[in-house]
Amino acid sequence: MPIIPPFQYSDYETTMDIHSLTIHQLHDLLVKKKVTSREATEALYRHIREVEEKTKAYLLLTEEEAFRQADQVDRKIAKGEEIGDLAGIPIGLKDILCTKGIQTTCGSKILKGYIPFYDGTVIKKLKEKDTVFLGKLNMDEFAMGSSTENSGFQITHNPWDLERIPGGSSGGSAAAVAADECIAALGTDTGGSIRQPAACCGVVGLKPTYGRVSRYGLVAFASSLDQIGPITKDVKDCAILLNAISGYDPCDSTSVNAEVPDYKQSLKRDIKGIRIGIPEEYFMEGMDPEVEKSVKEAIDSFKKWGAEIQRISLPHTKYAVAIYYIIATAEASSNLARYDGVKYGLRSKGYRDLMEMYTQTRAKGFGKEVKRRIILGTYVLSAGYYEAYYRKASQVRTLIRKDFEEAFQKVDVIVAPTAPTPAFKIGEKTENPLRMYLSDIHTIPVNLAGIPAISIPCGLSHEGLPIGLQIMGKPFDEGMLLRVAYTFEQNTDFHLKRPSLT
Amino acid sequence: MKMDIEKVARLARLELSEEEKKTFGNQLEQILTHMEQLNQLDTTGVEPTSHAIPVSNVFREDEVKASFPQEEVLAIAPDEEVGHFKVPKIIE
Repeated sequence: MPIIPPFQYSDYETTMDIHSLTIHQLHDLLVKKKVTSREATEALYRHIREVEEKTKAYLLLTEEEAFRQADQVDRKIAKGEEIGDLAGIPIGLKDILCTKGIQTTCGSKILKGYIPFYDGTVIKKLKEKDTVFLGKLNMDEFAMGSSTENSGFQITHNPWDLERIPGGSSGGSAAAVAADECIAALGTDTGGSIRQPAACCGVVGLKPTYGRVSRYGLVAFASSLDQIGPITKDVKDCAILLNAISGYDPCDSTSVNAEVPDYKQSLKRDIKGIRIGIPEEYFMEGMDPEVEKSVKEAIDSFKKWGAEIQRISLPHTKYAVAIYYIIATAEASSNLARYDGVKYGLRSKGYRDLMEMYTQTRAKGFGKEVKRRIILGTYVLSAGYYEAYYRKASQVRTLIRKDFEEAFQKVDVIVAPTAPTPAFKIGEKTENPLRMYLSDIHTIPVNLAGIPAISIPCGLSHEGLPIGLQIMGKPFDEGMLLRVAYTFEQNTDFHLKRPSLT
Repeated sequence: MKMDIEKVARLARLELSEEEKKTFGNQLEQILTHMEQLNQLDTTGVEPTSHAIPVSNVFREDEVKASFPQEEVLAIAPDEEVGHFKVPKIIE
């Protein structure tokens, strides 16, 4: 094996620790043989050990597998083989993604110890690209939540203020990226669960168009809303990961057979003539004034850089939370019916008959929020209530979809805050579920309409908490989102800010 | 609308404690009240959406393909015997 020169800080403009690099920066070093994937992986685990007790982002670290993957890439590099953008890059995976031979809990006690015997399609794709998996990241149980407080195992802390939530349900993923505990991560988004944690933690998070990314191997919460997406330190990394995970999959009958462009080609610093819609319904009373200020400043910047700003209306926005909590819980009650103690996962002891085996297993294995949503979902689907709730909600969903369709006849993208406030304190909203639900008002409509959206950092509150800017686009127009996001990012320095943990 | 929480819990195969029935009952009532605003909307003639990005006729060829090996699947079963998942008696 040829001698690989040791990593030298002096080769770079700033003294950077490996763990604080982006995908594209680390790729550059790997290609130039300044660092090996093993060294990078070691550096990440060292850093994880330093900060994990503060953030508690990880549920499981997979060192053996990670080093095996890293060594495989290093052998390729040593042989002079060309490597792809993600080869040898250590990333984290939200624990809702099935990884063969590696525990997948979905943040739930009912799946503690569950070891899938297959890889999800997205995992397979990343493996084919020689990505290194550091471990599985914490989340709200079965993706139900906006704070990661509903995890059955531990609470993850926001690296910017350890007394605050990292957002949810992909809180572990967003916190880990913000704390440099992984170079990038995958999360999932059903009602905002990539975008809102990305906003809370000052990182980039993108929910692709429904059907852009395969859901095979993604443990289902709400099948008509779920999507897997990247959580990254910058927009370029987001494009790289999106390239890797997108594409039609015959194993997922809801995945769309549409061509995947090279999303890196969208990374242009130019938005002249782009029409940006500002929806009046997303700037409501009760919104944090600093969030409003940061977002309005961003809009002013877009105008300065040549975009055309238009006021638009998405009139059915106010019904979004109500219909989401009918549709998503209905679908969840169906999807979670499989957790019955029969074939895998927890089975309670001491049952006297089959019915008790079911009811006790589920009572013991599920947390409060999951039970609440299953009950609500079962109710809105039950005989006598289906028409009034589920059918009605599905009709209003059509109206929300039409709001966006009409808006996109006049504008190319829609810009709004990602969340009404910066990250709130741990425990602040746990007593009142409805209040927690209403905080998802900015993100939910996007999932109902199936359109793509990205959150990027656009400011810090006076308390030093990140504020997120959301950009929404037409179906399969992720390229436009990346272009607008990239332009904003490269003309500002919010993406370079990091919380100080050590 | 007052939910018969015991009935719904039974449908959902969930055992709830008395305390849970009370707390969830109250919280769910609040949530359902919030949802009543949907009645303000006239949705006559509006088609329900079940697929945000509609695809249709997604078929595959009726070919037999390999599934997962039995041993791997049973390896994670809570209880198994002679190559089957073992469960309590279903029929008396």
